Amino acid sequence: MDLDSARGALVQESRELLIAMEAGLLDIEQNGMSTDAINAVFRAAHTIKGSAGLFALDHIVSFTHVMENVLDRVRSGRLGLDEQMLSVLLASGDYLSKLIDGIDAQRDDIEPDAPLRALLLQQLSDYLPNENKDVVATAKPEPAVEVMNAERGGSDSWHISLRLSPDVLRSGMDPLSFLRYLGKLGRIVYMNTLTETLPAAAEFDPETLYLGFEIEFESEADKQTIENVFEFVREESVIRILPPHSKVDAYVAHIKSLPEEPQLLGEILVACGALTRTELEHVLGMQSDAPGQKPPIGTLLVEEQVVHPGVVSAALTKQQEKHEKKQHEQRFIKVDVDKLDALINLVGELVIAGAAAQLAAKTDGSTATQESTATVGELVENIRDAALSLRMVPIGEVFQRYPRVVRDISKDLGKKIELVISGAETELDKSMVEKLADPLTHIVRNAIDHGIESVERRQAAGKPATGTLRLHAYHDSGSIAIEISDDGAGLNKERIRNKGIERGLITAEQQLSDQEIYRLIFEPGFSTAEQITNLSGRGVGMDVVRKNIDALRGEVEVESREGEGATVRIRLPLTLAIIDGFQVSVAGAAFVLPLEMVKECADLIAADVYRNLVSLRGEPLPFIRLRELFAVEGAQPQRESLVVVQYGGQRVGLVVDSLVGELQAVIKPLGALFRDMRGISGSTILGNGQVALILDVPNLAHSVTAQHVTTTSQSAPRALSSTH
Amino acid sequence: MPIQLKRKGEFIRVHIEGGLNIYCASEAKEQLLQALAKGQDLEVDLSDLDELDTAGVQLMLMLKQEAQRCNKSCAFINHGPAVREVIDLLNLASALGDPVVIPA
Repeated sequence: MDLDSARGALVQESRELLIAMEAGLLDIEQNGMSTDAINAVFRAAHTIKGSAGLFALDHIVSFTHVMENVLDRVRSGRLGLDEQMLSVLLASGDYLSKLIDGIDAQRDDIEPDAPLRALLLQQLSDYLPNENKDVVATAKPEPAVEVMNAERGGSDSWHISLRLSPDVLRSGMDPLSFLRYLGKLGRIVYMNTLTETLPAAAEFDPETLYLGFEIEFESEADKQTIENVFEFVREESVIRILPPHSKVDAYVAHIKSLPEEPQLLGEILVACGALTRTELEHVLGMQSDAPGQKPPIGTLLVEEQVVHPGVVSAALTKQQEKHEKKQHEQRFIKVDVDKLDALINLVGELVIAGAAAQLAAKTDGSTATQESTATVGELVENIRDAALSLRMVPIGEVFQRYPRVVRDISKDLGKKIELVISGAETELDKSMVEKLADPLTHIVRNAIDHGIESVERRQAAGKPATGTLRLHAYHDSGSIAIEISDDGAGLNKERIRNKGIERGLITAEQQLSDQEIYRLIFEPGFSTAEQITNLSGRGVGMDVVRKNIDALRGEVEVESREGEGATVRIRLPLTLAIIDGFQVSVAGAAFVLPLEMVKECADLIAADVYRNLVSLRGEPLPFIRLRELFAVEGAQPQRESLVVVQYGGQRVGLVVDSLVGELQAVIKPLGALFRDMRGISGSTILGNGQVALILDVPNLAHSVTAQHVTTTSQSAPRALSSTH
Repeated sequence: MPIQLKRKGEFIRVHIEGGLNIYCASEAKEQLLQALAKGQDLEVDLSDLDELDTAGVQLMLMLKQEAQRCNKSCAFINHGPAVREVIDLLNLASALGDPVVIPA
């Protein structure tokens, strides 16, 4: 494992832990103290510290150590957790995020915010008794193992035994300098310099090191830190670092409290600081060298005097338990996103090639060939689904950041807000999840800032003092819908309208539907906030939201009821790569519709057509002739077909020459040349090599309803909850 | 590392200036052993020695050992602060066995 990928793993793990830490803290804030929550928070701080220690990231180690001390006191009930402390801990988590970002950007030598660090350390240390405070002040590296019974007596000293390589002096290194540095990490209680190996004057080589050192060393530093002192003289040297005896109990207790992921015994020992990676490798080397039967690693370590027997047996018990637990665990493997993308591209090509093979088999193949290509086609379809599902993640990944956002903003504004999340398990493409985060944050902030009123105003309006903000996600006819709704004041139509006139977006004479008025808020530079807060009101935000959603081939709409609240609904296609399509043709040109949006197909009967409406089973349905829309040349055939598509509650008919059938379409983006082309969202290559255009159904549906007063429930908002 | 010798019968006085370290260890070994060979009592004045590393410490120990082997005496005197720091760190005062005068 090279260092960069190890650092990458550290960054990712730490980010996950910080999220867990935040969730735990918010959980305590909402539902009061619980053992699970505080343990999760403590474990997060502790694990980050341990991992950072492996990379000698002292700025993280020293900070998390202080956090850990505070959390440990809370955990053991010696310290109560109040709102102020929660805020300090949350802020500390944010600061740690910055440090982790720094490591990610390979800039761990730069302190992102020294004053903040000092302030947080000060605030944290206020919760600690005096003997821990000097630790904070000097911010020395500290032990990776908390001594559970707190007291560290004077007998607690490390024993370091050094037999350095004879060539150390020749390579220009002086053991004195390492020993001096060691003295900075703690106190050398007793130094025993061994001179027995000095040869007689005749054999004495002045450039060879003969001295050995036995050192009793009292320090707060952990083993890894001590070992790192001798990092440059490790080659050919024998270095043993024995932990303080009285700490063995602590190791034992600690091993039992480790988190649940399966680890080798050795790894456990490394994680708890009784053993360092170098020693482990050394012992593993011995294990493979040992002839005949291999003694178990634990025995080796004890024989080698690397760990105390008590520590090993505790680790072994732990390992046993882990094996039993492992069977019930979900198992994950982390895969590079680029590899997944490469796979999906290949599957895309396979789909196209498969379609070509099937077509060839149909035109001039035997029955056997046709059958086998059909089987291959079916398998390709399954592979496609499996490959695409690899990229799908639950939207909960995005949702989980909002409890904190809502908490912070509502605290800032002095509003009371409850956040309700549902449908977090709804899955969508990973790349979208990442791109969704910013727009959603804007919408959430807007809802809190403009939507939900202050406590006084709510009470005056006869509403409950606490406002509710809902995040809801669900699948809906081939797309995913995300609703952000609040029970606040709703959008002020009159004010938006006036603002629109003022900004020259609309004229005073224009008659606009409610929907059209609401849509104005997505125009650049539009903001109706009476006072500019630091959250919103600068008129940047909602236009960016729309831009982001457009880029994802999605759309955003607003519903509002004066005094009762507003809902912003985002709809996104499920995937960006391959879809099940339905092929139609107009004058020989092929078009593809997303199959999930196709509701039914029928013959178009001329008698039922009235201008741009067709009567379908007595219901009026607006329709578009693709022939007219795309100005396709050629005579209109005798019989035309009607394809009924539905998108987001709107039904529209598309009139085509003929229906071809279902296919799998690999979406190829259109070039910049077609950017302003309405009604087309992409292209695909058919089995015969022909290019087909993929129709942008949402866009078509809108262009139709813009021309018609339809029967869909536009002006009367539907219930906020949706069934599916 | 200039080493100066003064001889009074069997008493040899050696004065080392500058550094006693890995860079001059071979040379220093030769000179110190020669000095020891010249007489019965060797006194090494360290007052102007301002740098001492592990190689230098080993030389001092070696010289003591060699003197003992030949039934001669060897004493280090006037330890400067640099020397005292090293001897303290390595806890070699007793091994060297010289009275170290610690300035008030």
